[in-house]
Amino acid sequence: MSQNDITNILVCGIGGQGVMTATEILAEAAIAQGHDVKKTEVAGMAQRGGVVTSHLRFGRKVLSPQIEPGTVQVLLGFEGAEALRWSHYLRADGLALVNTARLVPPVVELGLFEYPDDPTGQMRAAGHKVVAFDAMSIARDLGEIRLGNTVMLGAIADYLPFAPDVLMACIDKRFARKGEKVVEANRQAFAAGRDAVAKQLAAALA
Amino acid sequence: MAAVLPNPAAQRLLLSGNEAVARGVWEAGTRVAAAYPGTPATEILETLSRFPDLHAEWSVNEKVSMEVALGASMTGARAFCAMKHVGLNVASDCLMTMTITGAYGGLVIAVADDVGMSSSQNEQDSRFWGRFAHIPVLEPADSQEAYEMTKQAFVLSETYETPVLLRLTTRICHVKGLVTVGEREHHEPAGFIKNPERWVMVPAHAKVRIPSLFKRDDTLREVSETTPLNILEAGTDRSVGFVTSGPAYMHVKEAFPDAPVLKLGLSYPWPPNKLRELAALCDKLVVVEETEKILETELKAAGVACHGKDILPSVGELSPQVLTPAIDRLLGKPVPPPLPAAAPPKLFPRPPTLCASCPHMGMYYTLSQIKNLIVTGDIGCYTLGAGHPWNALDTTICMGATMGVALGIDKGRGAVDKNKRILAVIGDSTFMHMGMQGLLDITYNHGNVTVLLLDNHTTGMTGGQATPASGKDIHGRDAPKVDLFKIVEALGVPNERIKVVDPYELPTLFKTVREEIKIEGPSVIIARRPCVLIDEFKPTRPYLVDDDKCTGCGNCVEVGCPAIHVTRRDKVIKPSGKEVELAFVEIDSQACTGCGLCVQPCAPDAIQHVSRRDIPIHIVKTTSSS
Repeated sequence: MSQNDITNILVCGIGGQGVMTATEILAEAAIAQGHDVKKTEVAGMAQRGGVVTSHLRFGRKVLSPQIEPGTVQVLLGFEGAEALRWSHYLRADGLALVNTARLVPPVVELGLFEYPDDPTGQMRAAGHKVVAFDAMSIARDLGEIRLGNTVMLGAIADYLPFAPDVLMACIDKRFARKGEKVVEANRQAFAAGRDAVAKQLAAALA
Repeated sequence: MAAVLPNPAAQRLLLSGNEAVARGVWEAGTRVAAAYPGTPATEILETLSRFPDLHAEWSVNEKVSMEVALGASMTGARAFCAMKHVGLNVASDCLMTMTITGAYGGLVIAVADDVGMSSSQNEQDSRFWGRFAHIPVLEPADSQEAYEMTKQAFVLSETYETPVLLRLTTRICHVKGLVTVGEREHHEPAGFIKNPERWVMVPAHAKVRIPSLFKRDDTLREVSETTPLNILEAGTDRSVGFVTSGPAYMHVKEAFPDAPVLKLGLSYPWPPNKLRELAALCDKLVVVEETEKILETELKAAGVACHGKDILPSVGELSPQVLTPAIDRLLGKPVPPPLPAAAPPKLFPRPPTLCASCPHMGMYYTLSQIKNLIVTGDIGCYTLGAGHPWNALDTTICMGATMGVALGIDKGRGAVDKNKRILAVIGDSTFMHMGMQGLLDITYNHGNVTVLLLDNHTTGMTGGQATPASGKDIHGRDAPKVDLFKIVEALGVPNERIKVVDPYELPTLFKTVREEIKIEGPSVIIARRPCVLIDEFKPTRPYLVDDDKCTGCGNCVEVGCPAIHVTRRDKVIKPSGKEVELAFVEIDSQACTGCGLCVQPCAPDAIQHVSRRDIPIHIVKTTSSS
């Protein structure tokens, strides 16, 4: 990823998954690296199990806060179908990093709509570079599903224009007041996220 | 939150526009700040409530919040109120006379337009109020400006004795950017001065003062020419120049970095000379404004040739990708067709829905099971009852409208609707905001309406703010707790026609609704259960589905809980020859909080509590800490 121009990261998922918190931590890391930063999201009604997107732009000087279709370097998808929903925001050389979790909304349960069989496969078929993994299972194995967003941050850590330690330090800072146990759990989650995608990421970048 | 003290001055903080405004209000030495929650402006008062040395309050509605601010200003104190765009409609009665009395202590109104309608029933352009009320309009373009302009607004207000409108949009309120903050200044109120000619707005007094509004417009127009809030950037490419304000400025700068631009921070009254100066710098002039054609119309009336909404949309948000092709077309440049990759993939929608265990689900499930109803709705989480699977609301207009609309349907209906039962749904916070008067109108005018008052002890949709019925103030301190039953009774509903029910108890709820809608005359059913997002809510042991017992009847799916998932579908032919679709389900024990709503319609008793050792961590933690 280029260090010179504006970096566009689009984080997407559904209300309650921690999309906004994860983006906030990424923003703090970018600030720690001396970047100008703008972060914006659609909140409000979206909190109620609806679609949530958070836009992060950083660089020397950021003007417009919105990311536009076709300009995203990293799409961080907290849910498979949501990553697909926003995949047209990816730049030709962009990377989608996707949690393969399937969170099926009531309108699908009611039989009114269908959930796609293979959202990440559909993205690959459309020519997007995709790294997909099951962040939810990793978080569950670590004993706390809410660690999922730290797992996601770990997964993206080696694909940012700054060192993973910078991001890790911001996560430490965020959870410091919750005690050493929580900090340690987040460190493990971060490391697990990094490990989980290491091979795929290397292959995608090769 | 980042804006909370003790963040020292001169520090750069990552603040949302809302947090930046709050910081500016506090630093300006403001003594009183009031608001009713409303997206996208809610966090301004939430942030202010955490600052020391000022009175912050959740007012019962926006009109009261503005009146509170005005009263404080009358004492010479600096005062502030914040609201979403539709809130200013409610407060406008105060605004239109407050502009005549003018401000004494600095008086600033922040109004946040939901451009693009992420969480509102309409889209409207609050810049009109500046023209209508003859008050200056400031429009920041990012968080840093939101912070600075808030402070400048107080100075402007005191210098010209005018209320000042700080116009925000979603892309100011909910965008975080870096802000360099300062110190709080002390501002001692000069004291209330009895002055009936100024503060008592009877015709004789108002007549004398009204010409001053026009004079104030003229004075501020001159200010607008010289203020550093309005910046003319000469640019280097004179093919097209722009006049713009608010976040649209950022889109212009990103798309056309070399173009001449007049950025209006004080967008009303705007500076005519500066505009002509800009027009002279460029071959074509384009007005870029969100959302309506206000400035463009005024420029054309002033004889300035310009483009605007002839090439740009009048609805929704602007962006560089909206601007660039429109301007290219204007300049006769070839416009490449959008790349195929830029088309959004076709996918199921994911509309917002009620939370697992939301008490509103009990009510909407019940309504969905009763036929021949006309149900009027209102503004809040419970508006979601209009969606699947309940489809239980027939109208939604504005805060409190459920009451008047229901009464109007009752009085207006003809023979075709005479057998229908009319119900009005409203939440506790909306009821106190603007619903009480409507209920009074129903009782006073012999309305035949059953009101469903969904009391979840909070303002749910905006994130769980306290209300007079929650017994807490904005700081979480104890406050007098309003008794909704007594209010309803005092408004004229007979005691025996007021029923308090638990929305988790479906049989009682069903029976009560059936009984009340049959009786002529007004009645109120208060469905009482805390919102699942507030501390008062205590989750209990979750449920799971016994696969051996589940018959796939799908009754539980009709409840609409997001924790219930279909694992398998099937079809069977009944002895009658009718084909029936089956949906076998599971319950996500991480999401289920044990309300038991789905248990009640389950025909084969297939839904049971999880065993104690399998209780999810989040339940154990929450219950043990309570």
